[in-house]
Amino acid sequence: MDLTIGPLQFNWPAQQWFDFYARIADEAPVDRVVLGELVCSKRLPFYADRIPEAIERLERGGKQVVLTSLALVTLPRERRAAAALFDDDAPEVEINDLTLMRWAGEEQPFSIGPLVNVYNESTLRFLAERGARSICLPPELSFASVAVLAEAARREGIGCEVWAFGRAPLAISGRCYHARVHGLAKDSCQFVCDRDPDGLTVDTLDKQAFLTVNGVQTLSFNCVNLAGDIAQLAAAGVTSLRLSPHSGDFVGVTKAFRSLLDGNTDSVGVDVELAALIPPMPFSRGFMFGATGAE
Amino acid sequence: MTPGMPTRQERLELVCPAGTPASLRGAVDAGADTIYCGFNDETNARNFPGLNFSRAEMAEGIAYAKARGAKVLVAINTFPRAGSEALWHRAVDDAFAAGAHAVILADLGLLAHAAENHPDRRLHLSVQAAAANADAINFYAEAFGVKRVVLPRILTMQEIAAINRDIDVETEVFIFGGLCVMAEGRCSLSSYATGKSPNMNGVCSPASHVDYREEGGDLVSRLGGFTIHRVEKAAAAPYPTLCKGCFTAGDYRGHVFEDPVSLDAVALIPQLAKAGVRALKIEGRQRSKAYVEAVVRAFRRATEAQAAGLPIPASELSRLTEGQQSTAGAYRKTWR
Repeated sequence: MDLTIGPLQFNWPAQQWFDFYARIADEAPVDRVVLGELVCSKRLPFYADRIPEAIERLERGGKQVVLTSLALVTLPRERRAAAALFDDDAPEVEINDLTLMRWAGEEQPFSIGPLVNVYNESTLRFLAERGARSICLPPELSFASVAVLAEAARREGIGCEVWAFGRAPLAISGRCYHARVHGLAKDSCQFVCDRDPDGLTVDTLDKQAFLTVNGVQTLSFNCVNLAGDIAQLAAAGVTSLRLSPHSGDFVGVTKAFRSLLDGNTDSVGVDVELAALIPPMPFSRGFMFGATGAE
Repeated sequence: MTPGMPTRQERLELVCPAGTPASLRGAVDAGADTIYCGFNDETNARNFPGLNFSRAEMAEGIAYAKARGAKVLVAINTFPRAGSEALWHRAVDDAFAAGAHAVILADLGLLAHAAENHPDRRLHLSVQAAAANADAINFYAEAFGVKRVVLPRILTMQEIAAINRDIDVETEVFIFGGLCVMAEGRCSLSSYATGKSPNMNGVCSPASHVDYREEGGDLVSRLGGFTIHRVEKAAAAPYPTLCKGCFTAGDYRGHVFEDPVSLDAVALIPQLAKAGVRALKIEGRQRSKAYVEAVVRAFRRATEAQAAGLPIPASELSRLTEGQQSTAGAYRKTWR
């Protein structure tokens, strides 16, 4: 089974962004790295000029590099940027908004990210026939659905990935909540989302940590963690695990997963090990194995 | 033409909700051009207990509407469950067999099924597909022959006008009723808290997972165990719709995502017509027959004023809106 690092979802300063990918390139035992701006096109100019260098370093480190699309494409400049992802010699594109299907064809390598609604075999088959090389399933899916879709992916000869680690993306909006809670509007947001490297916690009025705001995106507060479920996922035909970046020792997270995949460690104690590597947040595996996502 | 004279134009089509056969007849009689409804199962995004249509009721409802010059659209706009797609395929086949003018779909696989098996029938793209720009819409038009798209409720008036310049298919926009603040069809907040989601189950913040409780002089409403509102006992407790809840985030305390408002864009009808919109959609298949009739009558008058080039009558519907407050939503850019 492969390991994929999903795109960083949060707004980190450009140098921190680059240092993160440099360390991933040099030290993380992963197969694929998806990078680029997923959440807000206003963030991209801060680090866009560092992307070629990061790609080069990651490729030198033996990683396959994939560029993500935005999760929600609306503005004309966002549409142009989306089309430009399919330029000649560009890396594989991860489509996270179906807008990009307009330009995706057999000749351009592309994969489908977790923010595209792939809930059933017909949708998976449609995307595979259009040329998708792999599909990362939506985090919302139950294990029963994942098993059916992994089998469908195998029949189509494409990869099937699941969201295995990191706060789960739950919603995307035209409205920026970071701006809203700071009394600002999206157009004059002052980039306040850069104050929260793992997102801003949303608590209930009973002081229960519930959700995480990340600009126009809403995430779970809990961190999905399927480290203990790898054998079951592999048996179902899942071919890759997605690890979504957080602050802390994320290279350590990738090493813990690689060690499990290689059979060098078993899952006993791995949750304690993982919890020590990232900021405090409870683990959840409820979307796939429980009654609610938060479980 | 004399300056200042009203200019007649094509009246915008009024697309109205019906959760029951009685509401369908009520909406037709109140002046709806088009009714949208769904089968009584998880194939539609308003899968509430006691709501929606059996196969026989659908056929009767369509016949009633057709006899009075109205059309019926059948919403099959959840995302089919892996391993159980036949249920959704049957819904599409049965809707057309019953005489539906079009089906409203969101899922790629279901669109592919409908385009392949019903190539001559009309497909509408549901708001649940969240096609938010001309390229996305053109993709659905080219891939499946979609004839109309229901636009997401996150777009500004300017964006809607720009989209209509770049596409050949019709657009339909929400004008009144519940307001999603997230891109529709791309939200699993409800699923996170309750396990039930709009995409998979056709429900959001379902009543089955709601709990109201008095605690220390407060009335607390919870969804899936998470506190969504806490108000003084004397105050009216809003229904705990997750994205309209009251939370804290850093120093902020309040409605992090959206106030408990509903959409009322009646005043924007002339601008929507000018932006190239073809049809106006009223949300609320879960609403009563009396509600639907009142809203349809008011919007019929409003669209007749629009067609005659006359001022739109002031909205008299404030008493019907959720929480007694309304908003023009994303149509005005400051909403973002």
